[in-house]
Amino acid sequence: MITRTGFIIVTLIVPVLSILGIVIYQIVSGAVTPEVKITDVGYVDTIGGFNRYTQQGNVNLISYATVEEANKALASQAVKEYVVITPEYLATGIINLYTLEKQLEPPAETTSALKKFLSSNILAGKIPDTQITLVNSPLGVITTRLTTSGEVAEEQGGYGNLLIPSIFSVLLVLSITFSSSYLLAGLGDEKENRLIEVLLSSVSPRQLIIGKVLGMGAAGLIQIVIWVVSAPLILKMASVSIGGFLSTLEITPVFLLLFVVYFVLGYLVFAIIFVAIGAVTTSAREGQQFAPIFTLAAVCPLWFSGAIIMFPNNPAFVVMTLFPLTAPVTLMMRLGATEVPAWQIIVSVIVLAASVLGGLFLTAKIVRTFLLMYGKRPSLGQIIRSLKAG
Amino acid sequence: MDTVTVDHIVKAFTDKVAVNDLSFSIKPGEIFGLIGPNGAGKTTTIKMIMDIIRPDSGEVKILGEKFSESSKNKIGYMPEERGLYKKARAIDAIVYLATLKGMDKAVATKKANTLLEQTGMLPSARKKMDELSKGMSQLIQFIVTTIHDPQLLIMDEPFSGLDPVNTESSKQWLLNLRNQGKSIVLSTHQMNQVEEMCDRILMVDRGRAVLYGDLKEIKTRFRNNSVILAYEGELGVIPGVNEQRPGKDYMELFLDGKTTPQQVLKTLLDRGVTVNRFELAMPPLNEIFIKVAGEPHE
Repeated sequence: MITRTGFIIVTLIVPVLSILGIVIYQIVSGAVTPEVKITDVGYVDTIGGFNRYTQQGNVNLISYATVEEANKALASQAVKEYVVITPEYLATGIINLYTLEKQLEPPAETTSALKKFLSSNILAGKIPDTQITLVNSPLGVITTRLTTSGEVAEEQGGYGNLLIPSIFSVLLVLSITFSSSYLLAGLGDEKENRLIEVLLSSVSPRQLIIGKVLGMGAAGLIQIVIWVVSAPLILKMASVSIGGFLSTLEITPVFLLLFVVYFVLGYLVFAIIFVAIGAVTTSAREGQQFAPIFTLAAVCPLWFSGAIIMFPNNPAFVVMTLFPLTAPVTLMMRLGATEVPAWQIIVSVIVLAASVLGGLFLTAKIVRTFLLMYGKRPSLGQIIRSLKAG
Repeated sequence: MDTVTVDHIVKAFTDKVAVNDLSFSIKPGEIFGLIGPNGAGKTTTIKMIMDIIRPDSGEVKILGEKFSESSKNKIGYMPEERGLYKKARAIDAIVYLATLKGMDKAVATKKANTLLEQTGMLPSARKKMDELSKGMSQLIQFIVTTIHDPQLLIMDEPFSGLDPVNTESSKQWLLNLRNQGKSIVLSTHQMNQVEEMCDRILMVDRGRAVLYGDLKEIKTRFRNNSVILAYEGELGVIPGVNEQRPGKDYMELFLDGKTTPQQVLKTLLDRGVTVNRFELAMPPLNEIFIKVAGEPHE
């Protein structure tokens, strides 16, 4: 499996694309000076006093004496849009904007520039210019997370804390999906061409399952080792080259450990499930049709990622952290948004490990009963009866 | 010591009893024919010998011992529907399956190359399995089955799909293995191959043994009391002969039970008939098979 082109591509594509992205960024940012686009916005001041601070960032405010003049300028596209400042604004804070474009809402850049223009002119002469600038500047907030003993916490949180677990969740799902298809295809082929009989004349069903599951687990480990080793290096490259937000990203040893544990256990759980699917289905293609039922369980936490980030301690997500099929991805995402209680992590790991062992036992029964059943897929009832039988 | 001892094995599935109280043994240095109609229980019996499935009752012993992991290394199995890993190179497939049988990889590689050379397949060693013809794939499968020097070989329709040249060389291969003291189970519907190669046979029908023992002895048991005559001249009516049945280039004379073949030969010679061939007629195994399979069994 590890020599297959597809596996190599999936394993290397993450670090390679990341490095490529950094290199492209460096080339583009060095070669191209982004063009600064100035937007002209007109205004009609019916009150008077709004004649200063007309340059707000990339927005240039142009005064027109009358609405008719402003309309002509709008029609000729001398301005993108215009506002009319009336006494109603001073009373209610509401201002009318006129434009030729169909908009869901006014552009954020225009709205921000207008607010600064209006507030600056209202405050002009009443407070010093430096304070007017302060009022109009974004509020700079620096958050420091403390421990209960008042010391600075090791993990500071922030959006950077969400990004890494989210990326790792996606990588886990990718690995499981790709590896499952290889395992099912291999087992399906062995069953279709009766090679499975030759194999079973050499190894026992239990040895066959363990071999396939561990083999897939080892392949998954190779992937995560490559990703885990390359991630800090790439992160460092990115923060040096791109800086900004990326320089706030951090991967703590605890997170890395949990990632490895959940990756391996999650991988094994799904590997066992796919071996069972391969044993009862009649061909590789049929097996592939049933696999998504289970891979959906791994993927579905990603659908709720927004909710998990906003309400990470919701009971539904605690349950998803404990349920073995959804646990790996859910926990990764919750780790980015909150401090997950230790007991939940411990119980989750125990449940996953027990699922691996229990799954091995049940799958051995299924394999022994159905692996050599050709041409006919057993019904769910038959499978359940075989599991109940001695 | 017998290579395989099967003692009163029974195997039932939800809808039928596939094998019903079967007992037999396979000796070293023999080719043992396992025959029977479709659905008779042959494949189930083979799988129980290889411990792929377990009997509900009864016992299987390999080389005098109950089945263990090491027993598997002494068995080579070639299933009827053959296939190896399509995208694997021939040499890699052979070596991998040999290592599953406990062979050291380096030793397996060396032996694989030797066997490939002996079969004229060495130029194809590095080709992928799906690039080989059916006959070449089957030769590879032959190598896979025998490379680890098993004591017991179980071959299910080993010659199907092979051309006459490869069929003949495969037969010689099996005969050589038999002469080296190996036990070979030949499961096939080709009765002519069973007659040609097998020393003893077991015929299974509806899960039970209906014929078992030395092939010659079984054929003698089913003899029709007739003789095969190839001749020149006119036969006329022969005393003691009830029926004259023409064959392709012979005449089969059915005796009345009171006349011996020697008396018939004397009569023919006295009449001046030129006798080119005169032998006791043994029924073809195909005929015996049809007769036995068509009978109701208790």
